[in-house]
Amino acid sequence: MFYRENGQFKTTYRADQQVFPILQDRVAIWALLAAAFVVVPFLASDYLMRAILIPFLIMSLAALGVNVLVGYCGQISLGSGAFMAVGAYGAYNIFVRIPGMPLVPALLLGGLCATAFGILFGLPSLRVKGLYLAVATLAAQFFSDWMFLRIKWFTLDTPSGSVSVSNLQVFGLPIESAASRYVFCLAVLVVMAVLTKNLVRGAIGREWMAIRDMDVAAAVIGIRPMHAKLSAFAVSSFIIGVAGALWAFVYLGAWEPAAFSVDLSFRLLFMVIIGGLGSIMGSFFGAAFIIVLPVVLNQVLPALAGLVGAEISTVGISHAELMLFGGLIVWFLIVEPHGLARLWSTGKQKLRTWPFPY
Amino acid sequence: MNGGRPIGEVVLDVQNISLSFGGVRALSDISFDVREHEVRAIIGPNGAGKSSMLNCINGVYTPQEGAIMFRGRTFRHMNSRQVAEMGVARTFQNLSLFQGMSVLDNLMTGRNLRMRCNLFQQAIRWGAAEREEIRHREFVEHIIDFLEIQAHRKTPVGQLPYGLQKRVDLGRALAMEPQVLLLDEPMAGMNVEEKQDMSRFILDVNDEFGATIVLIEHDMGVVMDISDRVVVLDYGRKIGDGTPDEVRQDENVIRAYLGVEH
Amino acid sequence: MGFFLETLFGGLMVGMLYSLVALGFVLIFKASGVFNFAQGAMVLFAALAMARFSEWIPQWTGIESRWFANVVAFVVAGLIMFAVAWLVELLVLRHLVNQKGATLLMATLGIAYFLDGAGQTLFGSNIYKIDIGMPKDPIFLLEGMFQGGILVNKEDLYAALIAATLVAALSLFFQKTGIGRALRAVADDHQAAQSIGIPLTHIWVIVWCVAGVVALVAGMIWGSKLGVQFSLTTVALRALPVVILGGLTSVPGAIIGGLVIGVGEKLSEVYLGPFVGGGIEIWFAYVLALVFLLFRPQGLFGEKIIDRV
Repeated sequence: MFYRENGQFKTTYRADQQVFPILQDRVAIWALLAAAFVVVPFLASDYLMRAILIPFLIMSLAALGVNVLVGYCGQISLGSGAFMAVGAYGAYNIFVRIPGMPLVPALLLGGLCATAFGILFGLPSLRVKGLYLAVATLAAQFFSDWMFLRIKWFTLDTPSGSVSVSNLQVFGLPIESAASRYVFCLAVLVVMAVLTKNLVRGAIGREWMAIRDMDVAAAVIGIRPMHAKLSAFAVSSFIIGVAGALWAFVYLGAWEPAAFSVDLSFRLLFMVIIGGLGSIMGSFFGAAFIIVLPVVLNQVLPALAGLVGAEISTVGISHAELMLFGGLIVWFLIVEPHGLARLWSTGKQKLRTWPFPY
Repeated sequence: MNGGRPIGEVVLDVQNISLSFGGVRALSDISFDVREHEVRAIIGPNGAGKSSMLNCINGVYTPQEGAIMFRGRTFRHMNSRQVAEMGVARTFQNLSLFQGMSVLDNLMTGRNLRMRCNLFQQAIRWGAAEREEIRHREFVEHIIDFLEIQAHRKTPVGQLPYGLQKRVDLGRALAMEPQVLLLDEPMAGMNVEEKQDMSRFILDVNDEFGATIVLIEHDMGVVMDISDRVVVLDYGRKIGDGTPDEVRQDENVIRAYLGVEH
Repeated sequence: MGFFLETLFGGLMVGMLYSLVALGFVLIFKASGVFNFAQGAMVLFAALAMARFSEWIPQWTGIESRWFANVVAFVVAGLIMFAVAWLVELLVLRHLVNQKGATLLMATLGIAYFLDGAGQTLFGSNIYKIDIGMPKDPIFLLEGMFQGGILVNKEDLYAALIAATLVAALSLFFQKTGIGRALRAVADDHQAAQSIGIPLTHIWVIVWCVAGVVALVAGMIWGSKLGVQFSLTTVALRALPVVILGGLTSVPGAIIGGLVIGVGEKLSEVYLGPFVGGGIEIWFAYVLALVFLLFRPQGLFGEKIIDRV
């Protein structure tokens, strides 16, 4: 009874096409944003922000990018780690080599580097799909691994192969404290999410989904598969590249190529599958799930083990994590292929009619 | 059976098309023409190559021999996008709606060719892109009214009954504002009422929108009723070409259907 | 020239190990159209099982014979892989029968992660030894033709022999037995096979069992050579390009593809590596597969893929 749309009639197409047509949703979203920007930085502990919220925000952004490619356009990609790496190292080289380069343009240019890389390694999608495309994206992943490991120019010829950044500022405001990093990431995420949502509900989004659902019919309507697929790769890798740059600069601070390995690619794919393919909100859910789960397991499993008198080591917890991820992937694919996002919207549907059954 | 517009010049001319898949000959030396504003039916037993013929016109398949003339320009191979730009739209035998999208979105994909805003404008949405969306939404709403599917706008197409999905398929083709409409068995799987509705829609499209219709159909009653001329295919060859009455009395045609006449 | 041949042999040996893993991929794909990303995890799982059991059997039974421990461990590990196959069919495959290929791919990815975690939970995560009595010393071949002869690992030669025996056994299995025939029928056409009464789900269990045994043999050989450790899962990722090269549906393709990749990796590392800072092995296989994908997606021996509208 609280979530009813009674009385909310749309009299213009503009109103009908809003992102959140139901008033209660709009109120909730603005409240959430207000809380996120204003309340959380003051109330949350440093640990909470550094260990959970900041990685969540950045991974949400990356998952958003992956979702554009895999969820909306249906192009399977196991190379997301490589795009993050290219974004990170691209931004790094631009930031460090060009004196006086401000942070935000460096991040964006890093994203553009990732875009170029993404379009290049997206070319195979014009010829193959499914498993074969997955192999092509893995080629991107391993090539990127090698590039940043062996080509010393990218890492400024440091002997150890790892690089770092410091003294980050935006418009003269330093980004050192957990709160400032958090707000910065949040701002970037919100802006990119809005832009992505607009793309996804517009003409290009429909192109992507048409190619995903039935590419022959799409061609007959006049959609050019090349345009749709390459634009998906371009947009997706831009977003992932910026996320990679953020991950490196703001979260890690210092990193080496192994930070962007194939394991990260799989993790991103899992986020998108569990969260919901083809759903902006799903990217957030998936990222939250994957980030929060290890933390929860770390607390819960030893307690559970203690109940049965057993002991569980940190290694054991990480193995349990693997099993849980694997099991959940399979479970979601069988039971709810549209992921947590679908569960959420089904829940909302039920809420609309609550307390009546229909 | 033509209501309003007089049948005009030849707008589509299929010339000696031959198509093979590996060793299988799907089409052998097919030639026929289609005149503007007419309703041209292609009939024939299953496997005669009717869908393959449409696929050649659309650029989905490339024929090994022959050419297709469209509005005075001749092509050896049709590129799907070019064909769409030239004003040819089609529906598919096995439905090819975009299952992940709603009815409205499916129809809007038909407007894709006419959308001009680039990636950046769409990302910002506010301003040019929003206005364009609304403009095309208005056009698509006319089609929704025409096909009487208002109640199902936001429904994911996969949840609609088969007959309604066929209507959406037609709607998506109509959204392209086609001059030539290729319909591949639009009435397959429908009951009598649904067939009547669909026939009415097809005739209205021919009448009001002025589209030339090329129609593959199995139901002889429908074919005899609504088409101006008929092409008969069997095993990839043309065995009949003329008005419905002429074709119905043709010996070859009767033999091909083993006397099955409606 | 001698050095070249040595590198070549080394590459062939590594390639043969890839082939063994690729064989598992091909078997499952042929029979069910599923690409089993979990094959590498299965190799690790099987190897872990065998390694630990070969340790535990002497402890439990008090019988000190190496030979006895290994044989029993092999059998037990094989049974465990059968159980895994049965569970995978029951819990996963059965419920995803009509799904798109991409969904099944991701499901096998999930299975891979699960097996990873489960294997290490059940059997431990240290490096374990598999000692099946393979001689570790090198021999020198063709001493007459080349100065000092060509260095070849005896172990690799034995491994090649085992692999060849496995392939021969599999070929016999497919050609001569009733089940083998049924598997070939299913590989050709699911629906036709079903329509003549071949129970698909049984077939899938059998195929995964066979793939499990192949994984076990591969794991045994790898484990004997390198020790059983986590990096075995990366072996699966290396074997992927092999099936692309050889063709997803071709057993000989898996073998030849494996050899080609193995040789290619070694040769390119040795001869091209120094120019680009080394480490070519990381991406060579994949870039080669990429090239094939673009120009000949069906690989050397696979079937051409036709999309009908």
